[in-house]
Amino acid sequence: MKEQQRTDWAQVAANPRFVDLHRKKVRFLFGWWAISTIIYVIFLVCANLAGKLFAWPVIGDINFGYLAILGLFIYCWFVAGFYAFWANKVADKITVDLIDELKEGGMLR
Amino acid sequence: MKKLIVVLALAFTLLTSFTTLVPSPAVAGPESYIAQTVVGQTAKAAAPAQSAPAKVEADRRITITIFCIFIAFTLGIVYWAAKRTTTTGDYYAAASSITGVQNGWAMAGDFMSAASFLGVTGLISLFGFDGMMYAIGTSFAYVTLLLIMAEPCRNVGKYTVGDILSFRASPVPVRATMALAAVLLSVMYLVVQMVGGGKLMELLLGIPYPWAVVFVGILMMIYVVFGGMIATTWVQIIKAGLLMGGGIVLFLLMASHFGFSPRRFFSEVVSSKQIQSWVQLVLLKQPVAEPGFEYGRRFLEPALLQKNVWDQISLGVGSFLLGVAGMPHILMRFFTVPDAKAARKSVVVAMILIGTFFVMVTLLGLGAAIIVTPQSISAVDKGGNMANLLMGQLLGANISPIVGDVLLAFLCAVAFATILAVVAGLVLAAAGAIAHDVWTNIIRRGQASQREQVMAARITSCIVAIVSIVIGIASETVNVAHLATLAFAIAASGVVPAVVFSLFWRKMTTTGICAVLLVGTVVSLVLVLVSPNMTYPKFVADGAKVQITSLEKKVADGQTLTDKEKGDLEKAQKTYEANKDGTSIMGLDRPLFPLRNPGIVSAPIGFLAAIIFSLLFPSRREEEKFDEMYVRQTTGLGISQLTET
Repeated sequence: MKEQQRTDWAQVAANPRFVDLHRKKVRFLFGWWAISTIIYVIFLVCANLAGKLFAWPVIGDINFGYLAILGLFIYCWFVAGFYAFWANKVADKITVDLIDELKEGGMLR
Repeated sequence: MKKLIVVLALAFTLLTSFTTLVPSPAVAGPESYIAQTVVGQTAKAAAPAQSAPAKVEADRRITITIFCIFIAFTLGIVYWAAKRTTTTGDYYAAASSITGVQNGWAMAGDFMSAASFLGVTGLISLFGFDGMMYAIGTSFAYVTLLLIMAEPCRNVGKYTVGDILSFRASPVPVRATMALAAVLLSVMYLVVQMVGGGKLMELLLGIPYPWAVVFVGILMMIYVVFGGMIATTWVQIIKAGLLMGGGIVLFLLMASHFGFSPRRFFSEVVSSKQIQSWVQLVLLKQPVAEPGFEYGRRFLEPALLQKNVWDQISLGVGSFLLGVAGMPHILMRFFTVPDAKAARKSVVVAMILIGTFFVMVTLLGLGAAIIVTPQSISAVDKGGNMANLLMGQLLGANISPIVGDVLLAFLCAVAFATILAVVAGLVLAAAGAIAHDVWTNIIRRGQASQREQVMAARITSCIVAIVSIVIGIASETVNVAHLATLAFAIAASGVVPAVVFSLFWRKMTTTGICAVLLVGTVVSLVLVLVSPNMTYPKFVADGAKVQITSLEKKVADGQTLTDKEKGDLEKAQKTYEANKDGTSIMGLDRPLFPLRNPGIVSAPIGFLAAIIFSLLFPSRREEEKFDEMYVRQTTGLGISQLTET
């Protein structure tokens, strides 16, 4: 605890590995959030303004509107799964490497 | 041992008082009701089923038995949890010992409420496609939680949202404003849930409304006061399991009714005569059918409920995409897991569960529209809340009458369990804000011992619970639905910008945080107060006027009025007289703000306020501390200090 208070956080924040990690994280997280928001808003707007499209019966009496809703559920699952996959594969690895490096360098003790 | 005795004694008095309070059942026999509904459904006439039953009657003995088993079991958990709750870490965050998967179930439980299982199904069964908007909105709410909130909140937070905000800002003003916002939000949402729960119990079991609220309130108080976060989490997990199980059973029964064929299912929606007449007469208000127009198909298309595109976006973005991510009782869930990885996993698990649940709900809603018919559903409850229960009873009774009763009783018990679990989480969030932020960190300046802090948390929980019971009873006849809208708006335009900016923006300062919380709260409040959510007496008078004119025209045409019509005329005249000069709470003739959901306006104002006030009042010290917070929230360094205690 005492050692950590003495940690020079500005120096840690300037560590190339950290810069790499936070850039990747921010780009991934806010990027996917922005994409999700846009998709969701397009869906909301279309639901009100593109009635004809949503009414289009695609399979039997199942219309485009219901398939769009199902598609959005699947999209949310995809985002969740992809994020978990990406974080385990990319972000967590860099984090572990970074912490190891900081510990070895005596920056965290 | 002492605690066990206290818990058991409380439970005993509660149960005995509960069973003696219940008036003797005035059951109209489920058989007569099923017969009526079936007749209503098979009738080929396009007129709405007039003979629909006036209420749902669950077999009270079976319901109470199932409910008592649930209560006994959960009180056992409370006892087990109470023994393990000695420190503040145990009380507020279940010692951060909940696993990712467990927390995922609990988080899903927070959103698989009675409102979604009963309410959203009901909306779909009455309004078709538009009801499904609520189902998909919840899924997107968790996208925000997953991507923006989960990991950083776990990495820098301890017990409350106030902990996150005060990491680099001046603790006293930030904690005080955040506590205010958190208590306001939680209590508003709590009152909505309590009123809904009370009405549901009144409707299903015939318990008088005030007793129903007291009953729910006291149980929730026991869970929170004795069991803290450990008990609240496990009650939530069990309830989520029950709800998921109940949903799956009902779904399978319904699917077998249609031979497990989606194509057949949808073609029955389109060809149902009852749905067609419902859409034509009630939803589109066309007394004469348009030739060639497929009213059944129209049910599966948008804009039967939500007609304003701006309101639609405001609801979606304001309430769901941003609002949910700012609710303190949801954010608090992240502190119950040990690390960011578990926090992430819990949201992923919650999303899988919620997605599955809501896909089922969309189909259950349409199924209820075919099997029970919208006419019968709205006759029992105007909001459609009974759709699932009616369908459960009907489908179960197709196998054997007793199966119908048991299924209905089971679903009722699950609905109560749901309300209990959600309100318990809300009480805990409000109590955390008062006891941890205000009492421990502001009044006692962090000097209180663990024992004192836990005691303070318990006392505060007790007070919050009692206050919400009192407000709940007082709000019986008040329309509280807009309180939920308001709560989500405040979360979206106050809490979310405050948390996101202090986590990700170097220049965010104390002034910025306080300003965004206050501005977000005030703007949301004002916009809701002048929105169409409020009652505008002149509109009521206009409605009465229309009725008066049409009835008077009938008289002028030389027709005689029936007794019912005479009564209606008198009533309408009274309503008109009482309302013609009235104004809304704010003294307005008509809404100033056109949308029901203020999110689309209030959230940008909140974000702007955060930026402007932070830039106007910069703080060098807080900027310097950003590096530490940023490294911690990104990497999770130093998290052991947070989770140890």
